[in-house]
Amino acid sequence: MTKYILKRIFYLFITLFIIASLTFFLMKMLPGTPFSNQNRMSPDQLKIVKAQYGLDQSVGVQYVRYMVGLLHGNLGTSFQFNNEPVTSLIGQRLAPSMQIGAQAMIVGTVLGILLGAVAAIRKNTWADTLATFVSILGLSIPSFVLAVLLQFYLAYKWRIFPVALWDNFQSSILPTLALAALPLGTVARFMRTEMVDVMSSDYIELAKSKGNSNWKVVTKHALRNSLIPVVTIIGPMAVSVMTGSMVVENIFSIPGIGEQFVKSITTNDYPTIMGLTIFYSFLLIIVYLIVDILYGLIDPRIRLGNGGKE
Amino acid sequence: MEQIPQIPKEKFKLVHDENNTEQEKIGTPSLTYMQDVRRRLFQNKVAVVCLTLLSIIVLISVFAPIIAPHQPNVQNVTLSNLPPKLGNLNIPGMNGYQNMGGKMVDAYKQAGAPKGTSFILGTDYLGRDLLSRIIYGTRLSLVVAVLATLVDLLIGVPYGIVSGWKGGRTDTVMQRIVEIVSSVPNLIVVILMMIILKPGLTSIVIAIAITGWVTMARLVRAQTFQLKEQEYILAARTLGESSTKIATKHLIPNLSSTIIIQTMFTIPNAIFFEAFLSFIGIGIPAPNASLGTLLSDGQKAFRFLPYQMWAPAIILSIIMIATNLLGDGLRDAFDPQSSEH
Repeated sequence: MTKYILKRIFYLFITLFIIASLTFFLMKMLPGTPFSNQNRMSPDQLKIVKAQYGLDQSVGVQYVRYMVGLLHGNLGTSFQFNNEPVTSLIGQRLAPSMQIGAQAMIVGTVLGILLGAVAAIRKNTWADTLATFVSILGLSIPSFVLAVLLQFYLAYKWRIFPVALWDNFQSSILPTLALAALPLGTVARFMRTEMVDVMSSDYIELAKSKGNSNWKVVTKHALRNSLIPVVTIIGPMAVSVMTGSMVVENIFSIPGIGEQFVKSITTNDYPTIMGLTIFYSFLLIIVYLIVDILYGLIDPRIRLGNGGKE
Repeated sequence: MEQIPQIPKEKFKLVHDENNTEQEKIGTPSLTYMQDVRRRLFQNKVAVVCLTLLSIIVLISVFAPIIAPHQPNVQNVTLSNLPPKLGNLNIPGMNGYQNMGGKMVDAYKQAGAPKGTSFILGTDYLGRDLLSRIIYGTRLSLVVAVLATLVDLLIGVPYGIVSGWKGGRTDTVMQRIVEIVSSVPNLIVVILMMIILKPGLTSIVIAIAITGWVTMARLVRAQTFQLKEQEYILAARTLGESSTKIATKHLIPNLSSTIIIQTMFTIPNAIFFEAFLSFIGIGIPAPNASLGTLLSDGQKAFRFLPYQMWAPAIILSIIMIATNLLGDGLRDAFDPQSSEH
């Protein structure tokens, strides 16, 4: 196990290194410079500004500098946002994104598990149809469409929630709902398939024939065994929540990293784009790693050593 | 022990002598696998409804130039932001009346539109017919979906087959590459590519293609690994068949269910990405319509003119729901065990 984790961490660094290099050279290939709209700058001034950001050096030197900086946890300075270091820019904006992301994941997973379980237990009844319908809606309607609709009806028309504000818990409810739809749909569907499988297995038959109440069979046996595989879809779910957060944060004007990412794209702020790309990838790889380790811990039958090969 | 009385032979009679052969006959013709799949698919009502809906949408987009009532990009600023109106039918919400300061006003008359003008779904802020724009936008979304699927098939399938077939070191290297590509969030790669390339259809397809093939390659590889051990492959090898021929003659037909099902999930993904990119403003450039740009335009005016957002939102959702459900139906049809517990 320890060996496996160490190996995975080693791969993590290699992957991050490749991603960082790729992003760096991609950014260098970009047409235009962040200073192109400052037409009034004289060539001398431009030279000074470029020197300030280290853009006067050759690409190779810049690359080495960037990589060394990365090792020290330095992601460079933003061109646009008050020359702030990218790390502090991310740091300030991490909390709202994390809060909404975590809330959406929790709400989506819990509701999804309930919905999927109900659908499986009441298979082929109206409850099943309704649950399946809700999960398909959650899966299919893009989060940004849902966000706009929620904002219009719940916030603007019926004034239940604030329209676009970030201060207390109440203001986080709408974005959470908009983001939770996709995990909810995914989990509910997955859960239903798993649970239908489990409910027809021998040990459930045995538990029933021993005279256990239905409730006990479901909570003690069926639910537990169906939950294990759900762990595997946490990774992809995290990705979808991250993706969704970029627009949803924008729509509800939440000062999070998703909103920052979109903003830096529209303003050609390369260091911030690069920093956030690396940061997002880092988060994602960590999530995948944790999920894999968790899965190994929960279900020891999975041999981690051979990377899941048959 | 009591003796069993003899039963006279005349008491035995053949029942239904003439029908005997008829009964023994196998009634239904034996079905090939694909026929069986088709039968199971058409038994699934939801899948049939989705298939019909999607066919209608595809047909409308293919014949968009004939069907669309107006040119999608022609502007007429005097007729901007008109509400939906369906001929002279007086259906509430579709009669060209608009709430202005608490009073319902005939927006068409106010804008000075010539008599008889009607836009079924209204017009946008530049006076362009929304219905035509939605038809053309759907067409564009479907083009993105088709191209993304093609790339998926052209890169993902061969990659997966080669990786699975060769095995060993080749496989390890190829899988490492897959791991690295898939560990970057798709959207980030797509966005990076969109920044570097010029916004437009080609860039969107390239950007989606760079990340999209990974899942397909993974599935195909896993399946190839299993197929490789099958006896008919061994037989083909023993007979001296070349690897390319085995791949095209034996592997691909047996992989077809995996490939078709995965394709059905690539399509909504591609459509979502296009809409997403256009929505945040780095997708299809103006003035061309796509579902994403229509949504983003509609969102800006949603407070006062909700119909401008509703129409594209509904179409996009219908396409997404229908492809997802059809994908489910196809999976059940190809693999009946997955649903018949």
